[in-house]
Amino acid sequence: MTFRRYLVLAFVTVSAPLGDTLLDVGMKSVGPVSLAHINTLFHAVCTPWVAAGIVLLIGFFASYLTALSWADLTFVLPATSFGNVIVALLARFWRHEQISLSRWVGIFLITAAVGFVTRGPSYTDHESPAPTLDIEKVCQG
Amino acid sequence: MSPLHHSVLANAAMIASIVVAATIGDVLIASAMRQIGDLDEIKAESGLLGAIKAVVTNTRFFVGVAAMSVSFFSLLFALSHADLSLVAPASASLTVVTNTIAGKLFLKENVDKRRWLAALCVCVGVILLAR
Repeated sequence: MTFRRYLVLAFVTVSAPLGDTLLDVGMKSVGPVSLAHINTLFHAVCTPWVAAGIVLLIGFFASYLTALSWADLTFVLPATSFGNVIVALLARFWRHEQISLSRWVGIFLITAAVGFVTRGPSYTDHESPAPTLDIEKVCQG
Repeated sequence: MSPLHHSVLANAAMIASIVVAATIGDVLIASAMRQIGDLDEIKAESGLLGAIKAVVTNTRFFVGVAAMSVSFFSLLFALSHADLSLVAPASASLTVVTNTIAGKLFLKENVDKRRWLAALCVCVGVILLAR
């Protein structure tokens, strides 16, 4: 794992919760959208907060795909789950919400999980170029 | 069957559909990215457009994205019937566990004790955060 790859994982972790929070702020400013005025959703996409949120979520997906091209899914998973911690911290320090003791314990557990995984290998080497995917046969029936 | 049992079963079915679709999507996308190879190397050889082309021309990737879409709409459907405080943590924590199992079974990843422990910690952590 190089420093650049840790930066990609950090972006995976931060971009999704930050994008979701920006969408939340934007949609709160737009107000409730009813089925009768569904066009409001398209106008909402053009508002700065929602547009910034969408850009961050596109960035999240691109960096998530990049991470999966050189790391295992089970290695990347805790990094994406760490987004829950970021959301809780944003709620505490930006939105000034109270965080209970059980939530702090939850934050500690997810942080510990990220610590466990990043101390191990990031990628499983296979002799064959790509694993046989039994799940595809299941999907195709 | 009592209305309470019916409600519990309906919630379980909705959460199960979110989790199953999300797991299939994650596994297929991870498998597609493994099949495509290191995007950093592809970008160095063929540029950004080459890397984008490598991803968007992969069938497995699109099936994975379709499964993720099913999971997203299942989530929206579940949220219209059940409480956010039930659906969000239950689906998020169960998806971590099923992805770990699927990573071991289908992607043949080396899921050692450390990764199992991490999955368990994330699972409990998500439940505690949602309380």
